[in-house]
Amino acid sequence: MPRRARTWMAKIVMWAVRLFFAVILGFPFYWMLITTFKRNTDLNNLENNPFLYNERPTLDHLRLLFHETMFPRWVLNTAFAGLVVVIITLLLAVPAAYALARLTGNWGAQLGIGVFLTYLIPPTLLFIPLSKVVALLGLQDSLWSIIIVYPSFTIPFSVWLLMGFFKSIPKDLDDAAMVDGLTRWGAFVKLMIPMSVSGILTVVIFSFTLVTQEFVYALTFIASAAHQTVGVGVPTYLLRGDVYYWGSLMAACLITSVPIGILYNLFLDRFIEGFTVGAVK
Amino acid sequence: MRRQRWLGPAMFMPAILYIVALVGVPFFMAFFYSLTDAKVGSTTYHFVGLHNFVDVLRNPTFRRSLQNSFVFTISSQILVLIGANVLALALKDAFPGRRFLRFLILLPWVAPVSIGSLGWKWILDSLYSVISWVGVQLHIFHKFDTPMWLGEPKLAMMSVILVHTWHMLPFATVIILAGLTAIPKDIPEAASVDGACFFRTLFQITIPMMLPIINVAVLFGAIFTFTDMTVIYILTRGGPYDTTQVIPSEAFFTGVLGSDLAEGATISIFLVPLLVIAAYFMLRTAHRAEVT
Repeated sequence: MPRRARTWMAKIVMWAVRLFFAVILGFPFYWMLITTFKRNTDLNNLENNPFLYNERPTLDHLRLLFHETMFPRWVLNTAFAGLVVVIITLLLAVPAAYALARLTGNWGAQLGIGVFLTYLIPPTLLFIPLSKVVALLGLQDSLWSIIIVYPSFTIPFSVWLLMGFFKSIPKDLDDAAMVDGLTRWGAFVKLMIPMSVSGILTVVIFSFTLVTQEFVYALTFIASAAHQTVGVGVPTYLLRGDVYYWGSLMAACLITSVPIGILYNLFLDRFIEGFTVGAVK
Repeated sequence: MRRQRWLGPAMFMPAILYIVALVGVPFFMAFFYSLTDAKVGSTTYHFVGLHNFVDVLRNPTFRRSLQNSFVFTISSQILVLIGANVLALALKDAFPGRRFLRFLILLPWVAPVSIGSLGWKWILDSLYSVISWVGVQLHIFHKFDTPMWLGEPKLAMMSVILVHTWHMLPFATVIILAGLTAIPKDIPEAASVDGACFFRTLFQITIPMMLPIINVAVLFGAIFTFTDMTVIYILTRGGPYDTTQVIPSEAFFTGVLGSDLAEGATISIFLVPLLVIAAYFMLRTAHRAEVT
């Protein structure tokens, strides 16, 4: 085969692969979009081509979702929980990461790895004992149960990410600041925090998105619909009896997943760096 | 200088204490409960030794879950590994629309998994499944005898595996992509100048250089799969007849919904061996990073 034809072939194959994965991975979201605006009579008619709008599109499902379900409340619950978890995470993780990166020498690094390893312990191992802890604290069926528990996985990841961040800032900078009369704490607050704004922002986004994605703890600790988050509320409480309202359900799915997806996507490379430390140089 | 000695610990202790209280303590409580007969709602309990473990191992549902967990994890990870390598190669070089395509491809991982699974529940609906509709149009299925994607044991297992693969594929892809872009360009180029064909370069140069990063992708992928119950909970709740029940979901149904703390804790303890193996490999990679 001539060289020109071969590069064309390679190009076509590459695009075919890209298209194939884009269709498979993106299809559920496309399907949510189609379903959101379809009339029930259209959805429930087996004769209809499901890819087309056989009747005029409608906003009824969105109206139902926002006016007659607890969806808006779940969104608020999730946003509030996310906000508080982010604050707790920052207050604890930023100083800890700095201390482990700078003040503790070699065993600080070991401790950092130890902290990251706790991120591997899954909710499905801890949910039974934690439900007892939550009950002891008198927080069962309250949004505060997850607000208290979620930092247990956002802190380890954030400490790990921020440690890498602080380590990439030259040590001479803090030394120079301290020669200029700042204390160690002063150097941390006035110099290091402003210098690592992008790292801190990454932690904010991740803690927040991890809150929106968590499912197991919220399902375990919160029993009433009014206190739920979006991730659990939509799949478990947005149906009446055994009837699924697919139009509204898919609207809820679309509204929840796309903004979170966009937010997360902006900072994804940093998140991946957290996992690949040591394997990529 | 004296102030510095306590400044470090004062800065990291709150975080460490938080993690110890909400990860370390519950972790040991899980072991503790597995040796007792604790129930939700009762405050008294007795030590029963290894009685729970004997019970659990005798329970056919548990044995089924254990087996399912391995089937679920291994098959989805094999699919993820193949898919992610192919996709990463297709995304490596710049092309028009790369950023948008990357966003689209990442959505299954970044969108909340319970929400994504719910989308699939609709796509795999017993009556209105779009896949069945296409199948009928292509005369693969009969109109009134379409497959019950989530209602027949083998199909249900296949469905949850594929949906989980769909969810995990982007994660492995971006990790492998990070590794691919880190390989110095001139090495594969030199090989192809020397006359090595695409596949020879792939198998003899690219893949061996990629192994450490592929290990990372598999390691985290396996943990996130083995310990997760969200996809299964949303799609099948472990059914039909426990044929898609896995260890985490079985622990949830027994320990949380069934109020049997002790037995639920015992079931979830079976997740620990894999975590220990994973932690070992993690430490080895981290150690290597420090040495080099």
